[in-house]
Amino acid sequence: MARLLILGGGIAGQTAALHAKKRLGGSHEVAVVTPNSLWNWIPSNIWVGVGLMKPEQVTFPLAPVYRKTGISHYQAKAISLHPEGSAGQPKPFVTIEHTSPEKKGRQEIVTYDYLINSTGPKLNFDATPGLGPLHHSQSVCTYDHAAHAATALDEAVARMQRGEKQTLVIGTGHGTCTCQGAAFEYLFNVEFELRRRKVRDKANLVWISNEQELGDFGIGGMHIKRGGYITHSRIFTESLYTERGVKWITRAHVKEVGPNTILYETLDGEEKTVSFDFAMLLPPFAGVGLKAFDKQGADITATMFAKSGFMLVDGNYEPKPYDQWLPSDWPSTYQSPIYKNIFAVGIAFAPPHAISKPMTSPKGTPIFPAPPRTGMPSGVMARQVAFNITDMMQGRSEVPTRQASLARMGAACIASAGNSFWNGTAVAMTMYPIVPDFQTYPETGRALRYTTGEIGLAGHWIKHLLHFGFIYKARANPFWRVVPE
Amino acid sequence: MTFAAKGEPAMIEPSKTERRPYEQSFYPPVPTPFTKRMRTNLLWQFFRFVVLNIKMLRMVRKH
Repeated sequence: MARLLILGGGIAGQTAALHAKKRLGGSHEVAVVTPNSLWNWIPSNIWVGVGLMKPEQVTFPLAPVYRKTGISHYQAKAISLHPEGSAGQPKPFVTIEHTSPEKKGRQEIVTYDYLINSTGPKLNFDATPGLGPLHHSQSVCTYDHAAHAATALDEAVARMQRGEKQTLVIGTGHGTCTCQGAAFEYLFNVEFELRRRKVRDKANLVWISNEQELGDFGIGGMHIKRGGYITHSRIFTESLYTERGVKWITRAHVKEVGPNTILYETLDGEEKTVSFDFAMLLPPFAGVGLKAFDKQGADITATMFAKSGFMLVDGNYEPKPYDQWLPSDWPSTYQSPIYKNIFAVGIAFAPPHAISKPMTSPKGTPIFPAPPRTGMPSGVMARQVAFNITDMMQGRSEVPTRQASLARMGAACIASAGNSFWNGTAVAMTMYPIVPDFQTYPETGRALRYTTGEIGLAGHWIKHLLHFGFIYKARANPFWRVVPE
Repeated sequence: MTFAAKGEPAMIEPSKTERRPYEQSFYPPVPTPFTKRMRTNLLWQFFRFVVLNIKMLRMVRKH
């Protein structure tokens, strides 16, 4: 019996674990190492962050799901990776440190035959002094951060109800952040909540981000056909910000967050400040800090991981300028080029380069979004990798045969702009491919037939259905496989 | 001026109070009241719900 070990139990890890176990049955073992006891449907954290949902509504305990499905479970974090084993252990293994209250701090090794690294990111609040819930700004990256943000928002609303004007700044907390979409959703859910609580006229809402233009979202924006024109998402996004009375600051690298002031550097090298009473700023992401060692114990982390801490896979990592980027640079099987039994999916794999055009200030500060690789693409690549590995474990193939390149994959994305069954709205977007392909689609980089976007109540209904559908699926309830990634 | 479409919370109408010449909000297109109403019109949005689901399923099938 062989063992597939999966590091991380988020969207990618859970998807890979469920698909792999379903295909392998009792013939091989699937084991998951995750430091959390709860699974979190992260896209709904924005609703926790405005007080419309409780953390219990976006989480569930993982242990019963693993018991039900026959997946082995270690509540622990991975410390080091030993792909060649060690002097005393011939099989490859991972050193883990338990995080459950009963075994907290205890270390052990877990051997594997195949490994999927789906650890997700380290939320790198330390990159910006004063950033994060432990300092001066809020976050919605985890359910407890979001609950904390909801409390702070309530306090700001209470001040507005007493007649005080408040400035709320929402966006990204560093020049290299990704996931602008999540901050966008939080911004417009806050705006909607302020209207619902009758204090919108007391609020000055400000967006700050590292995008070159509004509507970039880390994918270089997208063009859609609308009203007889082929129009960039920047126009629609600026329209929404104007309609909802939100001011925007783009091309900004947040350098420091003080108790009531954000210091930021702009792409033209100026340093400016914006004052706030409430701020929700997303952190940049980094790898979780997994170390790798060879059989002799020598540190091989630099050969397996990029400087950012994300794992190198089958992409083309040769540094080259924006106008030489190719769709084929992007990985398709997510297999390590060095160790063929190791794969990395979701945020854990190292992208070959950004999707948005890199920009640097005169001071040399990079100010452009990192590529997003969460949500639907994350689930799709996890499923394809799980299928490839199970094929290899069951002898159907010696190499990965299924592919999931972001340059040949479409995505559907729903960005909430207000949570109400009757008058909520969300932006519903589809795009193909995710990574623009200017060789195939020279004008816009994407197929206009499949690249669409609109705002309305229907999008909100879909967003709400996805909330229940994906939690149902992650719980491995009956017929979970009919819910697509 | 407040805006209150069917059941929608009262809000400040930015296009009437905050759009000033040469400010950033002066240039983008803003939706007409009809466009805004259609965003929450139940019949129209039910139709869009069906259309959006078809579009999304088309994306799913492209993997």
